[in-house]
Amino acid sequence: MSVKLNTRQVGDVNVVDVAGRITLGEGSSALRDALRDMVSKNQKKILLNLGEVSYIDSSGIGELVSGFTTVTNSGGQLKLLNLTKRVKDLLQITKLYTVFDVHEDEASAIRSFA
Amino acid sequence: MRDQSRHEAETVERFLDSTLASVDHAEEIAVGVAQRAGFEEDDLLKIGMAVRESMVNAVVHGNRYNANKKVKFSVINNSQRFTVRIVDEGEGFDYEHLPDPLAPENLLRSSGRGIFLIRQFMDELQIRRLEPGGMELVLVKYMAAK
Repeated sequence: MSVKLNTRQVGDVNVVDVAGRITLGEGSSALRDALRDMVSKNQKKILLNLGEVSYIDSSGIGELVSGFTTVTNSGGQLKLLNLTKRVKDLLQITKLYTVFDVHEDEASAIRSFA
Repeated sequence: MRDQSRHEAETVERFLDSTLASVDHAEEIAVGVAQRAGFEEDDLLKIGMAVRESMVNAVVHGNRYNANKKVKFSVINNSQRFTVRIVDEGEGFDYEHLPDPLAPENLLRSSGRGIFLIRQFMDELQIRRLEPGGMELVLVKYMAAK
């Protein structure tokens, strides 16, 4: 299964539920398109729920970083929710874990945007 | 304790097209051989990801999706070491001067982590520029290091 994205609004936060594989090709480009689309609509509070992400490669990591930079540069905030062990390990190996604001609970993640 | 049903030796060789489908295919082959060799889940993930990154390097950066260029892919399990060899027909890259992806100035780069991750996940990585062209990546995981 490639990546599947579902966006929902919780208050003024856009929560993107990501499922499947974020790898070079369809997976990473779908994520890139979704984030760019939100930034172009001036949606500045974005929470990526990665709880159902089964696999991520260096291209997928690159898209997370690129999305983070794009959203931040536009004056917004991009945060991560529900990292699987695999994704968490990768972000730690690449020293990106501390770059992102990572949450384990959706309600507190939503509140942290206030 | 190793699985008694594991294969003592196995070799798989393929000439793969320069496509993303080949990346998936190579990963599947390598993980299959590694599984039969007796590697456990954590190592299978690492091997799969290292092979994926190496194949992306060959297909995207080496052969640049050129339909006329192939990737020579082989996996060898000889019961002591698990070796994956990936050879492309590209122009090669300066592997001795790759930027450190952990350096603060590179942390927010959107690319440049592939070789770093391969080194993290395998016990050995040898990179060699071939004559007249192409790059060879040899990835090794030791059975004893499991």
